[in-house]
Amino acid sequence: MESIKNIISVKINGIDVSIEKGTTILEAARKINVRIPTLCHHEDLCVAGNCRVCVVEVEGAKNLTASCAAPCEQNMVIKTNTPKVRSARKDLIALLVSEHNTQCTTCYRSTNCELQALASEYNVDNNTYLSVLKPGIQVDRSSWSIEKDDSKCVRCQRCVRTCAELQHVNAITVAHKGKDMKISTFMDLPMNEVVCVNCGQCIIHCPTGALTERRYFDDIWEAIGDEKKHVVINTAPSVRVAIGEMLGYAPGAHVTGKMVAALKKIGFDSVLDTNYTADLTIVEEGTELLGRLKSKIKDEDDSVALPMITSCSPGWVKFIEHMYPEHLAHLSTCKSPQQMFGALAKTYYAEKIGVKPENIVSVAAMPCAAKKFEANRPEMKSSGYQDIDAGLTTREIGHMIKQAGIDFSEISDSDFDSIMGDSTGAAIIFGATGGVMEAALRTAYELITGRDVPFDRLNIEPVRGLEGIKHAAVKLENCLEAYSFLEGVELRVAVAHGLKNARVIMDQIKDGTSPYHFIEIMACPGGCIGGGGQPIPTNDKVRMERIKAIYEDDADCKLRKSHENPEIKQIYDEFLKDGPLGHKSHKLLHTHYTKRNRY
Amino acid sequence: MQERLKRLDVILGIHPESPYQVMEKALKRAPKDIISDLIDSGLKGRGGAGFLTGLKWKFAAAADGDEKFVVCNADEGEPGTFKDREILTLVPKKVLAGMGICAYVIGARKGYIYLRGEYKYLVPHLEREIAEFHKNCFKLELDFNIEIFLGSGAYVCGEETALLNSMEGFRGEPRNKPPFPTNDGYLGKPTVVNNVETLVSAQVVSRIGVEEFKKLGIQDSHGSKLFSVSGDTPRPGIYDLEFGLSLDEFVREFGDGDTKAVQVGGASGFCVPRKKFQSTTIGFPGGLTGDSLPTGGSMMIFNSSRSMYNVLRNYLDFFEEESCGQCTPCRIGCQQLKVGIEAVKRGDKDPEYLQQLLKLTDTMKITAKCGLGQSVANSFSSIVDNFREEMIY
Ligand SMILES: Cc1cc2nc3c(=O)[nH]c(=O)nc-3n(C[C@H](O)[C@H](O)[C@H](O)COP(=O)(O)O)c2cc1C
Ligand code: SF4
Ligand code: SF4
Ligand code: SF4
Ligand code: SF4
Ligand code: FES
Repeated sequence: MESIKNIISVKINGIDVSIEKGTTILEAARKINVRIPTLCHHEDLCVAGNCRVCVVEVEGAKNLTASCAAPCEQNMVIKTNTPKVRSARKDLIALLVSEHNTQCTTCYRSTNCELQALASEYNVDNNTYLSVLKPGIQVDRSSWSIEKDDSKCVRCQRCVRTCAELQHVNAITVAHKGKDMKISTFMDLPMNEVVCVNCGQCIIHCPTGALTERRYFDDIWEAIGDEKKHVVINTAPSVRVAIGEMLGYAPGAHVTGKMVAALKKIGFDSVLDTNYTADLTIVEEGTELLGRLKSKIKDEDDSVALPMITSCSPGWVKFIEHMYPEHLAHLSTCKSPQQMFGALAKTYYAEKIGVKPENIVSVAAMPCAAKKFEANRPEMKSSGYQDIDAGLTTREIGHMIKQAGIDFSEISDSDFDSIMGDSTGAAIIFGATGGVMEAALRTAYELITGRDVPFDRLNIEPVRGLEGIKHAAVKLENCLEAYSFLEGVELRVAVAHGLKNARVIMDQIKDGTSPYHFIEIMACPGGCIGGGGQPIPTNDKVRMERIKAIYEDDADCKLRKSHENPEIKQIYDEFLKDGPLGHKSHKLLHTHYTKRNRY
Repeated sequence: MQERLKRLDVILGIHPESPYQVMEKALKRAPKDIISDLIDSGLKGRGGAGFLTGLKWKFAAAADGDEKFVVCNADEGEPGTFKDREILTLVPKKVLAGMGICAYVIGARKGYIYLRGEYKYLVPHLEREIAEFHKNCFKLELDFNIEIFLGSGAYVCGEETALLNSMEGFRGEPRNKPPFPTNDGYLGKPTVVNNVETLVSAQVVSRIGVEEFKKLGIQDSHGSKLFSVSGDTPRPGIYDLEFGLSLDEFVREFGDGDTKAVQVGGASGFCVPRKKFQSTTIGFPGGLTGDSLPTGGSMMIFNSSRSMYNVLRNYLDFFEEESCGQCTPCRIGCQQLKVGIEAVKRGDKDPEYLQQLLKLTDTMKITAKCGLGQSVANSFSSIVDNFREEMIY
């Protein structure tokens, strides 16, 4: 009964629609496949209602109504495509264009820009109005990761809402009013001096070219063209399930083989897999966790920080450095897979293939904007060189493939090169929220008990999916002798993605109420598949498709536990001879963190 | 007709029955009776939008909420307006009594006076009055407490939802409506936001009753109203006048003999040229012949020495600064109107471009998010239509 009471009906363009009370006009229209143009609206974010291009006519209302912001009311009669509506929308778009630095021919977002699409759809005349573009706007390229060009900003505030609502960072805000209103930072400081964690979520929520990642592909083209350089690329698990979207495929298309082939064609001397170092991370991090549990439980050493938290998401790492600097001890000391890769590329790999490390250019293909900052952290030089020379986003890789003139749909599959190209299903799932946890549990449980983790087909369902914070508990019984101190312990874990959720987890730790032993945190909603370097648009529907592809890939793997990766066994035999967390691993694969200010 | 011009002193006068006695009398009645009286009286908000006050209170009274609020809007940002300041200086008890009656009617225990930052000097005076008011509430067993909130200085913060945002510590940006403050106001709770003068008038209805109140003013516009008269007038100041006054009468009383136009309702109001003085009455638009213009109370008089182009440009300067900047039609529209008339004046654009700009004001009127952007069209089109030559030559 309750639900029936809450159903109302409205008429949209003459069609009756029944919807739940509280549904906006925009949502109701979408239900019957009536598209209303939008600009400030984004399904991940709260309603703003400031661009006004979504206006519609509601019978009886004197003004037009912003459909994204107006809830349907019983018996409303709505028209979405009248002369009055079209003319108002066209006028609004013309106004936006008049304030805009329209440079589509040279703009990184061209053909993927919502303003451009609107202007073209409504055939807006650039000369309707005089230009009121503010003179002298400087592009802010101070950050390693984020490029901010206010001259292309439509003031939709999607970035501001993203940074505040999804990420709880508040690095960017609205400043000034009236004609001077703009998106700014604390005290109008450059992006590299504020609390920005480089997650890039603002980029993938920005409708235009106002926020983009700093692009480094031209440097890489340069290196590829240089005979003396040996250019290697490692590709993150979440890139392969998203890169297709840059090249005409639907979200979640399986194009790993094509991607590898295309990268080889582009001229990378070796195409390797970040999954390899993801597996390595599991072994190192699992060992670290067991060590911490042992110190705490067996040796009763209270100085050991538990829960331990993953450190593979550089956006998250910078977040905790700024927001909870007093709790850095909870972070695993493991470098991210990208940085482990970089450190090994110029040592182990260089030795193996007999190339001088100074001639290696090491590139990472990442779903992430923060990886660019991470690659440039001063401490990331444990090989004696900058470990990773450039972190490129999925989008940049997509551009490179296009620039190379490769017909992606025609190209045949290819395999990753070796060494450092082998991986397991445990590594591929790093790309989805909960994946690192699942991979870690598969290995840790087996190390502790000698048995498979007690979940059907090793699929740890409780940590999968888009729920903001997920929990699981595994009872440790019949432990192997070395781990008898864990007998009967219920291992409690949590997974959070999106920094808003990270804050909840951290506040528990701060209050001393955190019930967990081990926590996975990813800065981006959905984990890396929803990273700030991924194709645009990214929304829950797209995230789900990419996640689905990830788990399908895992299920298809013969080896699904990191410690079973033969190349991982090999590196501990041949190179990291003193084992996980040993001296050499400590030097190359682990790191330390920096306390930062809250502003 | 001359009648309507005399100082009524309904608002600013001192009466044998003190405001707190009026409040005491009101508190003995059922809230629903006070509401129906208010609705019958036809009292409309004095903050500019002219919404029926009784209806607003009725919505807030009916809304669900464990907590409700009364907010007195004393932001008074409209240039050339200073009537709320006069009221708060001279008859604060009337305002407080109005808030008290409203609190009783809707069931609020907490009230705020959102005071324009520039009126900070009034705080000690108001705090003394509030302390005395609280004593009266205590006597009358009305659990109601008032605090002053100092505004941040932006004109748009006078818009009720921007005001609420500003009180909640957010940027002073208007919110989407619906939801309306009567359901979802301060801290998401049902809230009545009323202009200072509206609250006084609500108290007047309680004091003199519906019948007497309706004798003031004309059809659809009842009561008396304070006007801030400024510009080219030998008698600038605050006047307590009845609605229904024709502009002709007004100009005869306040003009300097050479009046060419009157701006009714400030920058967001309408400009009336001499030839329309006779056919224009001051009040809320209703079933009258001729034009009837609402006003927050500002009446600015221009004589023939004034360039209406400059007048309009000043307004547009004001709007392009004072827009909160969030919505497209207002932020960019105001700039376009300004650079547009400048370009026409310089001859860079043909006079026909004024048509494009008038069309733009239509778009602004029907698409802007709040009253500010919606009403820029008022002054723009009334000035451009009536003084087209001055825009071009
Ligand atoms: C831009 C803008 C500024 C406003 N400034 C004021 C103001 O200074 N004082 C005021 O009482 N109402 C102001 N209003 C009107 C309020 O939004 C609101 O309608 C009023 O406070 C309601 O009170 P009333 O019903 O008593 O008039 C403003 C409206 C707009 C759009
Ligand atoms: S942001 Fe969009 S509209 Fe602007 S120049 Fe780039 S592609 Fe063109
Ligand atoms: S990159 Fe992330 S933290 Fe930085 S401004 Fe964008 S959303 Fe905020
Ligand atoms: S930077 Fe992008 S997301 Fe932010 S307000 Fe400008 S256009 Fe919108
Ligand atoms: S109309 Fe103007 S003041 Fe009102 S919300 Fe829009 S930009 Fe802000
Ligand atoms: S999409 Fe509705 S106002 Fe912007």
